[in-house]
Amino acid sequence: MRATDILRFALQALRGYPVRSWLVLLAMAIGVAAVVLLTALGEGARHYVTGKFASLGSHLLIILPGRSETTGGHPPILGETPRDLTLDDAFALLRSPRIERVAPVVLGSAPASWQRREREVTVIGSTSAFRRVRHLDLAEGDFLPIMEPRSAPAICVLGATVRAELFGPERALGQWVRLGDRRYRVIGVLTPQGQSIGLDLDEVVIIPVTSAQALFDSPSLFRVLAEAKTREDIASAAADVREIIRHRHEGEEDVTVITQDAVIATLDRIFQALTLAVGGIAAISLVVAGILIMNVMLVSVSERRQEIGLLKALGASGGKIQVMFLTEAALLSLTGAFLGLGLGLLGVWTGRELYPVLPLAPPPWALVGALAVGLGAGLVFGVLPARRAASLDPVQALAGR
Amino acid sequence: MIRLEAIRREFQVGGEPVHALNGVSLTVERGEYLSIMGPSGSGKSTLLHIIGLLDRPTAGRYWLAGRNVTGLSDQERALIRREKIGFVFQLFHLVPRLTAAQNIELPLTLDGLPPEKRTDRVQSILAAYGLAARARHLPNQLSGGERQRVAIARAAVTRPEILLADEPTGNLDRASGREVIELLERLNHEGLTLILVTHDPELGSRARCRLQMRDGCLLADGEAR
Repeated sequence: MRATDILRFALQALRGYPVRSWLVLLAMAIGVAAVVLLTALGEGARHYVTGKFASLGSHLLIILPGRSETTGGHPPILGETPRDLTLDDAFALLRSPRIERVAPVVLGSAPASWQRREREVTVIGSTSAFRRVRHLDLAEGDFLPIMEPRSAPAICVLGATVRAELFGPERALGQWVRLGDRRYRVIGVLTPQGQSIGLDLDEVVIIPVTSAQALFDSPSLFRVLAEAKTREDIASAAADVREIIRHRHEGEEDVTVITQDAVIATLDRIFQALTLAVGGIAAISLVVAGILIMNVMLVSVSERRQEIGLLKALGASGGKIQVMFLTEAALLSLTGAFLGLGLGLLGVWTGRELYPVLPLAPPPWALVGALAVGLGAGLVFGVLPARRAASLDPVQALAGR
Repeated sequence: MIRLEAIRREFQVGGEPVHALNGVSLTVERGEYLSIMGPSGSGKSTLLHIIGLLDRPTAGRYWLAGRNVTGLSDQERALIRREKIGFVFQLFHLVPRLTAAQNIELPLTLDGLPPEKRTDRVQSILAAYGLAARARHLPNQLSGGERQRVAIARAAVTRPEILLADEPTGNLDRASGREVIELLERLNHEGLTLILVTHDPELGSRARCRLQMRDGCLLADGEAR
């Protein structure tokens, strides 16, 4: 029997029970479309998040006090707390030729009030470099000026939400805001920045780092943000940071340096795993569709016993009948899979039109994988019905038993 | 052409063995017109199925055209059915979704013949059997007589050597039954070996060679009466 004839015969057979065929096609199509859409969503989220992080500051190093270490012997008997990071440590980093600028960060929270309005805010103490490192834009006024880092003028920059909630329609620039028990003059207001690495920059008040140390009565820094000169410098800048700190901390390397690349790479891995997991869950529906194909083919085999008996009487061997029924199953799964691919891509396109921010894009492996799993499921689950058809006894089958 | 030697066929029905054929020996010459008659359950259909290689005997030996075909594999038996044997059934067994022409074409398709050749053969046999006007009709749009003629055309289109007909008129009125039997006899005149299974003595008596079956055994003609 010629391949084209087998195909035509299978097609005619499928058209013999259109409702069942369409339902199975739909099931397979939904499965494939789900894989395409969900992996596209995962990939979109990955691109979105890593993109956000990349926009934070291109060559960022984050230096945290304390060492995160997963190797080593017994815990020390006497509590060995890491040394604090100090302002001197931060500015010492500038000795590295590969570091462009350094922004020490002190973080705390305090009640902020103006006239009779009061709310709790996050207070960031830093220097003028903070603006460049975090790429902040100002809506009004100026950011912290470049000045002698030890001086502690009573000035502050407000986040967009803080400004709106404390001042409303009134002018904020030049006003005195009370933070805790001190007063600071407003010299600038940030544009709305949105959420960024777990910190809502709209809800902050930024004051000079020394003022913050005084406000919270603590000399230690929350962290130090440093910017490498170029992307290629990031790794060596991180090495420089460790070296400088060890030198200053009596040989103890008691800081953790996180490079932005590492953060992005980690996020990338997390989201890739997420995409895989979601795609895998969606692929289960492909297997379900395969089982559906098996069901439909089994019904078809038992309905067409007499036809199978006839084919055998006309000289079709069991093997040939098996091929004929497998072709039907393959045709069902393949058509359904392509239908689903079309549906999924249409969905992705619609999503991109509706939410241009989210770069939806199904990864190529998901497209190939969905097609392969769909076709595979159809074939694997088509084997049992095809075998059953092939093994029918022709005399019994012709009698419809 | 056909030689059966002590063919036995047993079925298991509810754990009890049933002897459908009880040592049947039979020789059929090429071009013979043979009828097998007997009441239902006498084993005549089983005999026909064994001759047609649809069923295997439990014991005994079978030569077809000088070749021992008793122990052949599924595939070899399928090949012989395709090349040498045509079947005509009481219930026609046309594929309902295929047109008359496509039904006739089916064995040629299974054979892997190129489409142009198939069309030629189907067209000429449709014309010869007076079915040309019915070529594009589905089986349920045909009368019983027409359906059986399509089924005969399907059996004959591969130019087999043996035609096996199992109650070919059983579901037809007298007039169409006569047409069908005349068509079968015409094929026999052209040299086909025709074996006809029926319980209708009138039909059976038209054959040159008549056999009676009773309880899985062959009786010579006349003995049964």
